[in-house]
This record gives sequence, structure tokens and C-alpha cells, in this order.
Amino acid sequence: MHLHKYEKIWLIFGMGSLALFLAIIGFAAFWKGIHPQSHIETIDPQNIEAHDAFKPENLGLHEVADGKYIVNIVASAFNYDFGTDENGNAVKTIRVPKGSTVLYQITTKDVVHGFQVAGTNINMMVEPGHISRFETVMKNTGEFTVVCNEYCGIGHHLMFGTVEVYE
Amino acid sequence: MTKGKLDPHQPDQKGASISLKGTFIAVMLLGVFILVSWFALYALFLSR
Amino acid sequence: MIANNRLLFPKKEARLYMAFMYVTFISLFVGGLMGLLQTLVRSGKYTLPFNIDYYTILTVHGVILGLVLTTYFIIGFQFSLMGKTVGISDKQLKVAWLSFWVMIVGTIMTAVTILVGEASVLYTFYAPLRAHPAFYIGLALVIIGSWIAAFVNFRQLYVWKKAHKGQKSPLLAFMVTINMLMWFIASLGVASSVLIQFIPWSLGYAETINVLMSRTLFWYFGHPLVYFWLLPAYMAWYALIPRIIGGKLFSDSLARMSFILLLMFSIPVGFHHQLTEPGINPTWKFIQVVLTFMVVIPTLMTAFSIFATFETTGRKKGYTSLFGWFKKLPWKDVRFLAPFIGMVAFIPGGAGGIVNASHQMNALIHNTIWVTGHFHLTAATTVILTFFGIAYWLVPHLTGRRLTPKLNKLGIIQTFIWTIGMTIMSGAMHIQGLLGGPRRSNFSSYAGGEQVETWVHYQLAQAIGGSILFIAILLMVYLFIQLAFFAPRGVEEYPIAEEEADAEPTPKILENWYLWVGITIALILFAYTIPVFDILKHSPPGSAPFDWPIGR
Repeated sequence: MHLHKYEKIWLIFGMGSLALFLAIIGFAAFWKGIHPQSHIETIDPQNIEAHDAFKPENLGLHEVADGKYIVNIVASAFNYDFGTDENGNAVKTIRVPKGSTVLYQITTKDVVHGFQVAGTNINMMVEPGHISRFETVMKNTGEFTVVCNEYCGIGHHLMFGTVEVYE
Repeated sequence: MTKGKLDPHQPDQKGASISLKGTFIAVMLLGVFILVSWFALYALFLSR
Repeated sequence: MIANNRLLFPKKEARLYMAFMYVTFISLFVGGLMGLLQTLVRSGKYTLPFNIDYYTILTVHGVILGLVLTTYFIIGFQFSLMGKTVGISDKQLKVAWLSFWVMIVGTIMTAVTILVGEASVLYTFYAPLRAHPAFYIGLALVIIGSWIAAFVNFRQLYVWKKAHKGQKSPLLAFMVTINMLMWFIASLGVASSVLIQFIPWSLGYAETINVLMSRTLFWYFGHPLVYFWLLPAYMAWYALIPRIIGGKLFSDSLARMSFILLLMFSIPVGFHHQLTEPGINPTWKFIQVVLTFMVVIPTLMTAFSIFATFETTGRKKGYTSLFGWFKKLPWKDVRFLAPFIGMVAFIPGGAGGIVNASHQMNALIHNTIWVTGHFHLTAATTVILTFFGIAYWLVPHLTGRRLTPKLNKLGIIQTFIWTIGMTIMSGAMHIQGLLGGPRRSNFSSYAGGEQVETWVHYQLAQAIGGSILFIAILLMVYLFIQLAFFAPRGVEEYPIAEEEADAEPTPKILENWYLWVGITIALILFAYTIPVFDILKHSPPGSAPFDWPIGR
């Protein structure tokens, strides 16, 4: 089976490009630790409150150190529970200053959901029995829409929130 | 068909008879397109 | 072989192949109508009548076009390829009909369950949303029917090989066998998930389901599924298009080699659809990303082969300038033009695919409408336009009619309308996806704000593109009806390309099925054994079924 000279050059060029892409994403993954979210921590979907992070009083935004935050969220059809404010109203907007490091922790009580902060790299599947976690630096200011991006039922498109990053 | 044409020491026999220059340019352009679009999106990923 | 190209099939054979074509084009109409309605709803300017739910039509669209249209066209087309190259016996023909009827029963069960609103779970049917059991049983029957077809194809080649000792199998029969092998190995995943997990659970015999396991089994099947669509298009590009443009095969061995690589690397790659899932080890995700990149290589080979076929053919005809051969391709022949535009669409489609599979970079586009835009380029343009390109000669060849110049011209118009509609729709989807717009979602203004307002403009563009596409679908259905029932009688060529007289012999090892299937299985075991063991070992309490979220 013979390969034409040009085909050889083309295949070396093509495979070289693929290897370059793999080297870049592999470097980011294994040296910089930027993997897609994969925490392999499980939880009982019938009893998520057994986990500290998902007790009703611990939901929402918490500043854990200077410029470091944790947001705990419970997803259910068709709502994100970001906890309540001092008046007892449901929180719908998370506000953090630009440049802060935020750890998002989320799980679901029922079916599979998505959690995406549109316009950022925060984009996770949320599956019953698993905790989804992603830590990132909020680099850009603006209002970012939180959307459920995995079909969860007939009210799927009514599941949202907002993350506001201010100067 | 002669045995000589299948001689592995002359692998470019066919290429010598018919030029594939246009093919080569076309696929290389395609490769450049893949590289450019990948790096553009990787830059977008890093900026977020 | 050329004489054979103009020899029509016996009536009883043609009837079988046409049966698959009827289902294909009925599906095109039904699924296309659903697609139109979706884009209109998402524009925010239209609501569905009779309280029909958006997600019901979305499920119909995905199942009918993604699973039904593709599978019927492919199996029908592949049966005709086998009939042409290695022949079909009366007994095999009977079993082939059985495959058709098993698939029909399954399709009708599934379709009715979806239409009455009992299975608005989309074509991926992710647990723990629970559809009516008839939905899963119907799907299982479709898969089982397709297996029967696969085993008929294997038998056809086996019988031919017995009768032609020492000869290499016809290229197209080899390709069909590769595709059906891949389909069989891959669909074992989804079939076991449906039979072992979903059916008992939906009937109430099992209380809970392992969600992550079901998703892993689905995507073990889900990626080879798209290659199952693509390979018949590659068959046309490698072995039929050369004949249509008046040329010969570029290389029999390279074509076989690329199909073997596609068989080996299409399956152990499912994790690239699960990159943002919480329960899978990231190192194993990365390993499957590397394997996913391997499957790009046969496509790089294919790209070279196609251009080389065009150039060789043109230069032999005497067009010696650098791109003269390109100008002189048969642009006015729809049998060439439609698949050619399909090839062009695969350039951005393939480049986008590499981005999608790039590990952490997947977060940029995962479950955004970019993905929908992506597979409307790959599946709904590359694959479908190639299938249309095949139908223009296959249907009249089967019905003993001709593709008249007038129908050819209408076909060219159809191809252009499709291209324009898809460029607008898929382009708008890609951009909206990069801006974060989600896929699989009814119209919503979410929390309002600037971001959402921007998305709506792109959704309007998608409705315009979708409407143009629907016009193209109506025209295609009209063309099918003409070619099936009304076009003038005659003989349309079945364009199987020949090898060059001085072509290199094909190495025997390329037909060593034990070797290639063995490597395929070894790669699957390598890519999946440890992570599946991990998933089972670290599995959380299972999930009880949920009916109310889908309105049951």
C-alpha cells in the first residue's frame, strides 16, 4: 500500500496539528490542573441535606477568605436554590467582585440538570447522586445569565439565575 | 500492468505521472483552517 | 462491472430497497416539519396550537430524523450496495424483510408513544426522566431489526467469499460490513442499557436506576452512531462519486485502510460527550480525548483522497493548470453537486468537532446551541446532502425511471436552498452558542438583560434559516415522489467506480477481520474497563423514576 509523497506530508502535518492541540490541552490539564469538572464525590439524592454544603442555611454565596467565595446551589425541576436573603426571599442573583475566586458546588434532588453561567467557562452537568464542583476566577465584569442547559422536563427553560461580577 | 510498476522502491511512480499539486494546496489550506479556528476558540476559552 | 451498473435489480429486490426509501422520505417530511415549528417557537413570535408541548415536537424531531430517517436510509442503501456487489439470495431477502418489519413495529410504537405525550424525554432519554415503557421497547425493536439487517449483510459477504475463493471482496461490500460491524458493536451498549436498565425500571420491576451508568452506555453508542451516519457518505465519496465525475477509484487500499481506522477509533471515544460530568475520572476522559483525535486521521486521509480523485480525473481529461480540474467538475449534475456541498460543510463541521472534543475547552460549548449548529453541519448537511445525492440516482434506478434534466435542475435548486437555509441557521446557532445560548430549550427570556436580548436575534435568524430549510424539504419530498412514481421510464446508472487498470494490489491483511475486530475490542476494553469499574464501585444510591417533569 503506497502513500503519495504529498499525502505523507499532509498526514504528518495533520497529525502534527492534532498532537499540538493535545499537548496544549494536556499541559493545561495535567500541569495546570485545569480539567473539566470531575470530582467523583457522591451524595444520596434523596437526602442531600446530610451534606453540610447543601443544608438550607448554607446555600448561596459565602466569603471564605479575602477574595475567595463558595456558592452552594441545589438544583431541582425547575429551580436553582441559591438560599434566601435576610428577609427570607429567594436569592436569584449572586454578586461577586471582579477577580475573585469562586467555587461553585451544586447537586440535584431529582433529575439531571445543567449549570452554565453563560459567557464564562462554568459549564457543568448536574446528576443525581453526584456533586458537581468547579472553581474559577471571575475575570470579566458583567451580568451573566445562569441557565439549565440539560433538558430536565417541560419547565426546563424556566430554570435560571444571574451571576453579577462588579468592578 | 507490469511487475515493475509495483516495485516498492519507486513509490512515487503514480505521482510522477499525474501531478497532485492542486490537491496538496487544497488540503494544506484545509489544515490551516483547522489550526486557525482551533486557536481562535482556545483564545476565547482562555479569555473567559 | 460497468455493464452491471446499468442492469436493474430484479423487482423483488428493488421492492425491499424502496421500502426503506419510503420510510426515509416520510420521516424527512415529518421530522422537518417539527424542526420548522421548533425554530418558529424559539423566535418568540409563535406558539404551538392545541397545547402541544415544545419538548414533544423536539423529541419527535430528534428521534425521527436522528434515529429513524438515518437508519432506514442507511440500511436500505447498504442492502442495495450489497445486492449490487455480492448479491442477495431469496432466503437472505426474506430475512431482510423481517428486519424491515421489526424496525417498523418498533418505530410505530416509539412514534405513537411520543406523539401522545408519554415520552417527552428527547432522543437521548436521560434517566431518571421516565417515558412510557412502550417508548423503550419500541427503540429496542428498532435496534434488534437493524441487527437482523447487519447479520444478513455479513452472511451476504460470507457467501460471496466462499464462492470467490482468493478474490478480494468488492470494496463497497467491505465498507458496508465495516459499518454494520461498528453499528453492532456500538449498539450493544445502548441495547443493554435499554433492556437491562430502562425497561425493567420503567415497568416498575426495578426501583432505581444507575444514572451515570446509563449515560455512559448511551454515549458508548452515541458517538459511533454519528459515524454510522457518516460512513455511508464516505462510501459514496470514495467509491461512487469518482464514477459520477467520470474517473476511477483513487486507491482501493487507502479506502479500506481508512474504514478500518474508523471502525477501531469510532467507539472508544464516548467520554468526549461526557466531559463536563461529575462522576468520571478526568484522566480517563483525557485518554478518550486522545482516542477521539485518532479518529480524525482517517478523515484527513479521506480529504486527500477526494481531492486527489478530482484532480486525477480532471488532469486525465486534459485540464493541466493548477486548479483547472476543479473548474471542470460536473457542477450541473446534482448527483455530484449535492454531495460536494456536503463535503464542503464537513470542513467547518470537522474543525468544530475537534474543538468540541478538546477536554477542558468543551466547557466553552457543552450543551450550548453551538452543538446543535455543529451536528446540523455534519449530520444535516454533510450526511444528508450526500444521501440526497445518492437518492437522485438510487430511487430511479430502483423504480426503473430516469433523473430527467428538469428534475436534475430542480435538485440543484433544492441543494442551493438547503445550503442557504443551513448556512443561516447553523451559523446563527454557532454564534449564539459561543455567547452561551443553551440548546434543547423552549423560548425563554430567562432573567432578561443584555445577554438574553442578544440571543433572541440569533433565534430569529434560526427561524428564517429553518423556514428556508423547510421549503427545501418540501422540494426534496416532491422530487422523491417524482422519481418514485412519475419520472419517465428508463435506466438510471448505479454509479460504481472501477479501479485503475494498473492499480496496486490490495494487501490481504486488510481483509483480516479477526485482526481488526480484535483490535477494536481491545481498544474498547482499554478505554472503558477501568472507568466503568470505577463508576460501578463509586456509584451513589440509584434514582427513582420521575414522570411529572415531562408532564406525564
